[in-house]
Amino acid sequence: MSALRMGRRLPRRTVPRALMALGALVAIGFVAVNVAIGYVVIDGRLDGQWYDVRDLGIGVQELREWLDDRNAQQPGILDFLGQHWISYAVTALLGATGILSIVGGALLILIWVERRLIGRMQIRRGPNRVGPYGLLQPIADAVKLIQKEVLMPRGADKVLFFLPPALIFIPMIVAWGPIPWGAQMAYLDVHVGILFLIAVSSLTTLAIFMAGWSSNNHYALLGAMRTIAMMISYEIPLSIALLSVVLLSGSMQLSTIVEWQSTHNVWLAALLPLAMFTYFFSSTAELNRTPNDIAEAESEIVAGFHTEYSGMKFGLFYAVELGNALFVAALTATLFLGGWSLFGLEEWIPGYLILGAKISAAYFLLVWLRGTLPRFRLDQLMKFAWQFLIPLSLLNLLIVAVEASVFARWEVKGIVSLGLFAIVNWAAAIILVREWARRMGYRPEREAVRQPILTQGVGGLQAARRLGAPEMGTQV
Amino acid sequence: MPAGPRQLSGEAVAAPVAAAVPDAILRATDEWVEVRPERIADVLRFLHDDADLDARQLSNLCAVDRHDRFEVVYHLQSLDRNHQIVVKAIVGEHDEPSLPSATAVYKGALLQEREVYDLMGVRFEGHPDLRRMFLWEGYPGFPLRKDFLQIPEHHPGLPKFPFEESGVQAR
Amino acid sequence: MTAATEPYVLNIGPQHPSTHGVFRLRVVMDGERIQDVEMVVGYLHRSMEKLAEERTYTQNIPFTDRADYLAAMSGNLGYCLAVERLAGVEVPERASYLRVIFAELQRIASHSMANGTFVNDAGAWQTPLMYMFRERERILDLFEMTCGARLTTNYMRIGGVAFDPPEEFYPAIESLVDELPERIEEYAELLVDNEILLARGRGVGIISAEDAINGSLVGPMLRGSGVPWDLRKAEPYCGYDRFDFEIPVGRQGDAYDRFLVRLEEVRQSTKIIRQALDGLPSGPHKTQIPLALRPDPGEAYARVEGPRGELGFYVVSDGGSAPFRFHIRAPSLINLSLLREMAIGASLPDAIVALGSVDIVVGEIDR
Repeated sequence: MSALRMGRRLPRRTVPRALMALGALVAIGFVAVNVAIGYVVIDGRLDGQWYDVRDLGIGVQELREWLDDRNAQQPGILDFLGQHWISYAVTALLGATGILSIVGGALLILIWVERRLIGRMQIRRGPNRVGPYGLLQPIADAVKLIQKEVLMPRGADKVLFFLPPALIFIPMIVAWGPIPWGAQMAYLDVHVGILFLIAVSSLTTLAIFMAGWSSNNHYALLGAMRTIAMMISYEIPLSIALLSVVLLSGSMQLSTIVEWQSTHNVWLAALLPLAMFTYFFSSTAELNRTPNDIAEAESEIVAGFHTEYSGMKFGLFYAVELGNALFVAALTATLFLGGWSLFGLEEWIPGYLILGAKISAAYFLLVWLRGTLPRFRLDQLMKFAWQFLIPLSLLNLLIVAVEASVFARWEVKGIVSLGLFAIVNWAAAIILVREWARRMGYRPEREAVRQPILTQGVGGLQAARRLGAPEMGTQV
Repeated sequence: MPAGPRQLSGEAVAAPVAAAVPDAILRATDEWVEVRPERIADVLRFLHDDADLDARQLSNLCAVDRHDRFEVVYHLQSLDRNHQIVVKAIVGEHDEPSLPSATAVYKGALLQEREVYDLMGVRFEGHPDLRRMFLWEGYPGFPLRKDFLQIPEHHPGLPKFPFEESGVQAR
Repeated sequence: MTAATEPYVLNIGPQHPSTHGVFRLRVVMDGERIQDVEMVVGYLHRSMEKLAEERTYTQNIPFTDRADYLAAMSGNLGYCLAVERLAGVEVPERASYLRVIFAELQRIASHSMANGTFVNDAGAWQTPLMYMFRERERILDLFEMTCGARLTTNYMRIGGVAFDPPEEFYPAIESLVDELPERIEEYAELLVDNEILLARGRGVGIISAEDAINGSLVGPMLRGSGVPWDLRKAEPYCGYDRFDFEIPVGRQGDAYDRFLVRLEEVRQSTKIIRQALDGLPSGPHKTQIPLALRPDPGEAYARVEGPRGELGFYVVSDGGSAPFRFHIRAPSLINLSLLREMAIGASLPDAIVALGSVDIVVGEIDR
């Protein structure tokens, strides 16, 4: 053994046992407190509608009513803003603070989680220097980013360059409003929840285009143009996929969709596989995650629309990227994986923990994709959207529409008809994907896996012709 | 004895070339053939097209400054017959050397001739894009020449960054 | 109504993730389509050829490390062969075997890097690169054991090699050579059939066999275009004719073929190393040469099949102790002769993949 090898060996245990024990204790305590609260909640020890201290939505509603009452008694000086302005302002601030603290906290952990996970996938350790297991790395990153100088390129449009980091943050926060974290635990449980989400998440594009245009940089502009093209293409299959969810569950309200899944004891993922795939794939396209991260394709256009941003402005873009990924995971979990319900287990475990677990699973899938796959080309992605996803999701929508009307009219036992639907939809998904791909000219069996020719002799052009190697210019 | 293990001797190359391109060959040693510089493109064309010599690839092109003259050395390669041919063109002029370009015959000469022009100052007439490559337009002298250090006005090295005030933009 | 777009100039580099160094492309683009491309190099020009004229033959070996810094061993080897040919120095048998072993190790390391960065250029998020670095890291460890350096090895000497490998070298290389085949299969499983890589690599940057020969392309570029040309077979140096290996040749001449050729060459190199280890003779590892070697006036051009292709060294002596002229035939630079043919008309992502498949090393382009 050389000294070299000896020096390589790191001390095995870098974290003391006491610290690990402390962490375990904290975790157990957290779970115990939650179970206790859940027990109290479900048992109804706190009576009345105001039964959950963590219930943001109802708390906000209570507050608004109380404020309205007060306001009606004492007219204020700002009444020209409308009758309820103070209650709306206060509740909005409260809700935004709540979401921001939850999502912000999650982001801090997620940065670490993603880097650790990708590190593991790439046979590295990932961040492990700042704090125990490198847990403080995101904070160190944030401190570094805040300290860095924020540059503005010469020739940039100053106003438009200044706005996007803030503008892009708003849709990310607002979109979290309708997500139900438990029974009656949504901050903004609007009746047209899905419509609201589609509308809000499209706003991100505007900020991205502003950033790309105002940077006065070709890379940024290319990234922005690509984003627009992707958004136009993928918004359609995404909306159609969500529409089939709406058709089957009969509601646009997210809490109702979760309750539908809970009462029928089924996940929509089992019923609508194609819709789920379409939604997930389109979302990765809109999120700029691999394999569809063409808008900020690092190897081509450096960083896309945020090439020119530095310091904490870049940090905001980065955070929004992660936050949007987390949001897509949350929406997938809510719409397709049963949300906060888990086949009756939600009576024993608080709903937000269940949802959190599902979000983590969906998020892990996103990280996994990123750690594994190369990237598509722009035109390939466009082609995939227009020639494949849109027709397929339209056909799927047709099938689901028929099923939904059957489900609404016939009073069969839910388990029978839903089981039938599941079988029909899975079969339809497999057949549709297969046949449509073949229609588009995908013939995997016709092309053998290409292997280089092996030869012993050397030569030039004549030898090349003899080997019959280059069928040049043949399009593949 | 030719230097390379699979190198054709100069005499073996000279005979067919002399038959095809008259008064192009100046000298043939057992290692290389010396060609009249103004005929070099024709000779290369013949070597490239001839079935026996079959020099399909220009494997190396470089120039040597011999104080009073420049040797431009072409290492040609036949892949099918697996032999190497060395051709030299000796340009007597030392201040403004020039000779025909090989780019019409070999696309591989595009960058190599640019490099030779950049560092040695040998002009290749007919090269489509003969510009400085590693150094910038307006760099004083050609650094691989033996007399580079004796250029009176310009001390080698950079007094300041090249585009600092001249406004000259490298293309 | 017609819509027209205006061409614009995009500077790719000198600092760009896909140019692998300080290499710059001026690209005239119309939307995402490339209309014209021009390379701007020289950011890393260190004037090696001029510097070498002031140093003795042995002192010049470190320059060859720094030319192609990803394949220092091949550079060392090519230069030493040229000087040996010039001065008529004989090399002991054991030195030849050691040279083969280290040159092939270097080829594996360099090809791993090339394939990893190629997949990176195609958009993967570092993962294949990291896996390929695992093997490269072990190879660099072997280099470090033997000559104390990992990248700039400065290992070959005129008339042999600098050091005999230490005792612990042999078990380490044995285990590496045993494990390599299955590791390569692992990568092949991950990448060769990857649908996205196929979509990105096939039909991109096609070069026909004729163009490849005429454009002086060498190495995996030439072989990817279907020309079975490998100097280890064509002009065996260091006794490569003793070893049994095959030349991989591409079928269509596109970027994906070059990737496949490099992957296969790693397999073949493993075979060569195994044979060389089995036949490694004992004896001296270098011949003594005078400290200030003064070859007779003359010239020599020696080339080796480096990882990027024919790496040639043209050395002219005037009888002095320093070379009169020292020229490196740099495959990285000359492989770019057909850059315009590959890039014009392609879209930006395709051009990046095509450039990635050329496998340039800027230290060698600029020298």
